[in-house]
Amino acid sequence: MQFGIFTVSDITTDPTDGTTPSENERIKASVAIAKKAEEVGLDVFALGEHHNPPFFSSSPTTTLAYIAAQTTTLQLSTATTLITTNDPVKIAEDYAMLQHLSGGRVDLMMGRGNTGPVYPWFGKDIRDGVDLAIENYALLRRLWSEDVVDWQGKYRTPLQGFTSTPRPLDGVAPFVWHGSIRTPEIAEQAAYYGDGFFANNIFWPKEHYMRLIGYYRQRFEHYGHGTAAQAIVGLGGQAFMAKNSQDAKNQFRPYFDNAPVYGHGPTMEDFTEQTPLVVGSPQEVIDRYAAMREYYGDYQRQLFLVDHAGLPLKTVLEQLDILGEEVVPVLRKELAVNRPAEVPDAPTHASLVAAAYGDGPVREARPNANQGDNLSGSRPYQDSPAPAGSSFGPAATRKAS
Amino acid sequence: MTENTTRKITVVSSGLSQPSSTRLLADRIATATASALDGKGVTTEITVIELRDLAQDITNNLLTGFAPPRLQAAIDTLTESDGLIAVTPVFTTSYSGLFKSFVDVLDPQSITGLPVLLAATGGTERHSLVIDYAMRPLFTYLHAVPVSTGVYAASSDWGSAEDALPRRIERAASELAALVEASDRSQHIRDPFALPEGFSPVGGFGAQ
Repeated sequence: MQFGIFTVSDITTDPTDGTTPSENERIKASVAIAKKAEEVGLDVFALGEHHNPPFFSSSPTTTLAYIAAQTTTLQLSTATTLITTNDPVKIAEDYAMLQHLSGGRVDLMMGRGNTGPVYPWFGKDIRDGVDLAIENYALLRRLWSEDVVDWQGKYRTPLQGFTSTPRPLDGVAPFVWHGSIRTPEIAEQAAYYGDGFFANNIFWPKEHYMRLIGYYRQRFEHYGHGTAAQAIVGLGGQAFMAKNSQDAKNQFRPYFDNAPVYGHGPTMEDFTEQTPLVVGSPQEVIDRYAAMREYYGDYQRQLFLVDHAGLPLKTVLEQLDILGEEVVPVLRKELAVNRPAEVPDAPTHASLVAAAYGDGPVREARPNANQGDNLSGSRPYQDSPAPAGSSFGPAATRKAS
Repeated sequence: MTENTTRKITVVSSGLSQPSSTRLLADRIATATASALDGKGVTTEITVIELRDLAQDITNNLLTGFAPPRLQAAIDTLTESDGLIAVTPVFTTSYSGLFKSFVDVLDPQSITGLPVLLAATGGTERHSLVIDYAMRPLFTYLHAVPVSTGVYAASSDWGSAEDALPRRIERAASELAALVEASDRSQHIRDPFALPEGFSPVGGFGAQ
């Protein structure tokens, strides 16, 4: 079971003192938060992608690479990568590079994005949102798994003999989660590939996500990746804690009441009743999240949102201390109790390599010499598989051996 | 047609005062509709939704994107009905803002094919076209099926010796009853997570 945090990278005025951090302050703060997450024993740091104020995270791979250089065990992820408006070629390249530099500590969460205007900024049409998510991801998978790709589709120019570089570390692509708030097509897509499904689980009642996750599990089994109980599920969550429950409520209330996502609407009491938000003592958080598997089944990854709504860095770091020292260790134990043996852990690079190669040697892609045309040709690497139908030359020889 | 002879009718009343003439009109129409269906051997289950009681929840839904439990129950009741009686007071030449906000939190596909009787109350008969100029296009847009007779009640109608209002209620109610009798919406189980027909998880545009 992995525990971690995810950030939406918002820059929000602190309602208690009226100050707004600069972009630079908030960017530096997010790095400090990530490092703290590792320090307090969390497993995952995940970062959103946005291309408009008041958000800072337009370049997740740059940020995550910088964090990777200053951490050693932290798993780095996105939350989410916009599979609709980013070119899948660039995603394949950027994240393979990040995977190499971080020593395989990277996975991705795919999403369509929630800002309508972002589509035209990148030359796309929001009406194609779901279709783009489906087509682009299908291409991304091929770019990571095949050395040479011939491809044509509806939403980008065709590819002829294209090789995405660098090849994924050890020949194993980063694990992918698909994030969805309400779209069954995305749950279906995750199930089809046997990928992970991440339910954001922070702003809406659990009943909604129970249906979506239930659907994903059932389709995971349908596509033959294992039983429904073995499907790979991640959940969001959010909490604000203090030793004393009432202190937590008093301290968080001004942030809640003014938060862009739910402020000026329901009371904090109603919202905590109706959604997974917990404002209270560490024990209250433990109780609430230990019960999640009763609704969603045994799952693999729990990410908490802890740094939004204008909370100052100092407060966020204190929250991480409580999360790491008092909440997560207990949750790890409680969620391990009666966890069926067949339910797998969240895939990591090590587990994916083991699954692909067993005890055998892993792939290290070594390019062939440049053929003089600035193109890599049909067998760009010394161990590239022979093109189908080769009946003579080196390819045929290698195939025969 | 199934053997089932029970139909579910939801009444949405968005009067803001209590007691409210909007609710009074809603009740009279509901009674007339039930009696028309009774004459056809059909029993009715009537649920009244007073939007006044849900005003805070409706605002919260607009801000957070999800319906609190009581509002969700009302939405479920409405969307699983065989017929709807929608009654609003007239505010500034149109339906009330609360009425429209409630309609705005419905899934736009959720009342497709739902027979609807449109009714409104107002201080003067000069506003009676609200039904046809504001309410009807709204429900047509949502692919509901409004009956042709709308029921408008001005303040003066309540004290009138003429029976114009009761006759109009009877006529509209019998139109709604005919559609409700034929409806089997409440027996359908709708799956909000059903995939669109022809959906392919790898894309269906000749990508290869």
